Amino acid sequence: MEQLLEVKNLVTTFKTKHGTVKAVNDVSFSLVPGEICAIVGESGSGKSVTSMSILRLIAQNGTIAGGEILFEGEDLLKKTEKQMRAIRGKDISMIFQDPMSCLNPVFTIGYQLEEVLKLHNKSMKKAERRARIVEMLRLVGMSNAEERLKQYPHELSGGMRQRIMIAMSLLLNPKLLIADEPTTALDVTIQAQIMDLITDLSKRLNTAVILITHDLGVVAGAAQKVIVMYAGEIVESAPVRELYYHPKHPYTLGLLKALPRLDMEQYSLQPMPGSTPDLLLEHEECPFFERCEQAMECCRKKPPFFQIAENHIARCWRYHPDFLAYQNQTEQEENSHA
Amino acid sequence: MHEQEKEILLSVRGLKKYFSLGHKKVLKAVDDVSIDIYKGETLGLVGESGCGKTTFGRTLMRLYEPTDGQILFRDTDIAHLNRKQLAPFRKDMHMIFQDPYSSLDPKMTVSEIIMEGMESDPTLPKKDRAARSLELLEIVGLNSDHANRFPHEFSGSQRQRIGIARSLAANPKFIVCDEPISALDVSIQAQVVNLLKELQERMGLTYLFIAHDLSMVQYISDRVGVMYLGRLVELATSDELYHRPLHPYTQALMAAIPIPDPDVETAKSRIPLEGEIPSPVNIPKGCAFCTRCPYATDQCRQERPSLQEVEPGHFAACHLIHQ
Repeated sequence: MEQLLEVKNLVTTFKTKHGTVKAVNDVSFSLVPGEICAIVGESGSGKSVTSMSILRLIAQNGTIAGGEILFEGEDLLKKTEKQMRAIRGKDISMIFQDPMSCLNPVFTIGYQLEEVLKLHNKSMKKAERRARIVEMLRLVGMSNAEERLKQYPHELSGGMRQRIMIAMSLLLNPKLLIADEPTTALDVTIQAQIMDLITDLSKRLNTAVILITHDLGVVAGAAQKVIVMYAGEIVESAPVRELYYHPKHPYTLGLLKALPRLDMEQYSLQPMPGSTPDLLLEHEECPFFERCEQAMECCRKKPPFFQIAENHIARCWRYHPDFLAYQNQTEQEENSHA
Repeated sequence: MHEQEKEILLSVRGLKKYFSLGHKKVLKAVDDVSIDIYKGETLGLVGESGCGKTTFGRTLMRLYEPTDGQILFRDTDIAHLNRKQLAPFRKDMHMIFQDPYSSLDPKMTVSEIIMEGMESDPTLPKKDRAARSLELLEIVGLNSDHANRFPHEFSGSQRQRIGIARSLAANPKFIVCDEPISALDVSIQAQVVNLLKELQERMGLTYLFIAHDLSMVQYISDRVGVMYLGRLVELATSDELYHRPLHPYTQALMAAIPIPDPDVETAKSRIPLEGEIPSPVNIPKGCAFCTRCPYATDQCRQERPSLQEVEPGHFAACHLIHQ
C-alpha cells in the first residue's frame, strides 16, 4: 500500500545550558492510511518530540538536525513556514494530553471550532460551517450539540473537553491524527470512552493515527503497530500481537514484566533496575546497557536493527544472525587485547 | 490472613468531611464512611478523581478536621483530639505523598529531611538521629553517601525512596500511601511497590494504599475498597473484588481498565459507562451512582443504600444486591 508518512533517520536536538541533548536519535518509521500506530516509551524517551518534529512544532532551542519526513511523498522539512501552516490542522492534526490548556478559556466552544474552518476553508458559508460543526460534535458523542456551541471550556468536564479537541482535530478530515497521551489526564472510565471513540473514528474516516502513550494497556486494545522508544531511539517495532506475545528487546520484555496485570493471580512484579540514561552524554554503547540484565561485552557498541520477523525489528545484538559467532569473535578480540 | 488472627488497628465509624464553598454550597468529600483496618494488612482505596479517597486518607491522619464521625486508634477516638492530645499518636501514623518533587523541601539535605520525620518521636535521643537517618537510607535502598545531598540531585524514584525513609523515621505502625507511584515511570513503579511490600514484611506495617491505578492496587493490597462520590460502595479482598465485583460501578470500573494483552483487550466486552461523574457539590439523591447506573430503579433514585455484608468479608452498597 502507498505510504502516508515516512520518517527517515530523524534527529532532533535541543540546546540547553548544560550542553546539547539528542532527544530523538535516528528514528525511522512509516504509516499507511488508516493505520493506528502507537509510540510507547517513558518520560524523556523522545516520543513526544518525534511527533512534534513531524509538525515542526519544536521549542525555540530545538533543531531538527537531520533526516527526512515524507508526507504523501513530500518532505515536510523542506516546506516553508507558510506551507506548514496550511498542513497543520488540515492534513495533519493533533490532540494533546491536557484539553484544558489547549482550549482558549475566553472564547466559546463554537467560536473556537469555527475558527478552524474559517482559517482553512475560506469559501465556506457561515451556515455550512455551523452544520459541519454540529455534525462533528454529534460524531464525537456530544449530546445537544447546538447548545454546547455557546458554552465556555470551563463549563465542560475533562472528558467533554477532550471530545471537543477530537472534534476540532477531525473537522477538516485530516489524513493523519497525532494523539499525544490523549487519555492520561482522564479518569479510567472516561479513558475507555475516548479510546473507543478514537479507534472508531479512525476506522470510519480512514484517518491514520499516531498514538503516543506510556500505557501499554491502552495500546493493546487500540493499535495495529507498536514502536517502543528508549532514550531517544527506537529499540523495537512490531505488529501489536507480535510485540506483546513475542517481545524481543530486553527493554520491551522488562517493561511488560514490570506491569501489574489485573487478570492474573499470584505473580510478582519484576522491577527494572536503575533509571533512564542521561541524554546529555554521548553514548557509544547500547542506551539500555546500564540497566540490561543480559548485557554482554559486544553491547558496548551500539547495535543496528535486526529483522526478527516480517515487520518486526529489534535493536539488540542478541538477534544478530550469527549472534554466537559474533559473541565468540568479540571475546577473542578481548582476549587478544588483554 | 485467618479470621481469628485479625486484629483491628484502626476503626473508622461514620467519618464525614464536608468543605464549605460559600453561598451555602457544601462539598461532601467524604460522606459517612465506616471501615476497619486490620493490623499488618494493606487496604487499597480506589476511585476516580474527586471521589474523596485522598480526603479520606488525610482526614484519617488528622491533616483535615473531620466534620463528624469517629477514628478509633488504640481504643481512643482521635477524631476530635486537640493538638496536644494527639501528639502521642502522631508517631504511629505517617504519610507518603504523591509528588516526590514537591513533598521534599529543596533547601534541606536528605538527612535533615529524614530527621524531621523523627520529631514526632520524643523518645528518640537527638544524638542518635543522624545515625538512624543513615540506617533508614540503607533500608530504602539508598546509601549513606546520599545523606548530605539535596533533593534536586535525585531522580523521581530516589526521591520517593527519601519520602518513604522519612515516613519510617519514627517507627510508625500505620502509613497512608497517597498515590505513591503515580508520578513515576512504569519501569520504576514496580521498584517502589516492591520496596513497600518488603518493608511491610520486615516491620509489620499497616498501609492504606490510595491510588487510581486499579491493577497496581490489586497487586499490593489484601483488601480493596472502592469509593464513588465520597461514599464507600464496595469492599472485599482483592481477588474477590476482581473475580466477583458486585456493585455496578465496580463492574464498569473493572471493565474499563485496559489490560496489556491484545487478545484479552479485543475479546473484552466493555460495559461503557454513560456520562460523567456528577459534581460532588450536587450529589444525586438516593444512590450516588443512580445517574450512570444501567440498572437503576425508582428505589435507587430515592433511598441511599447502606454498605452491607453480602458474603463474609464482601461488602457492597447497592439496593439490587440486597434484594
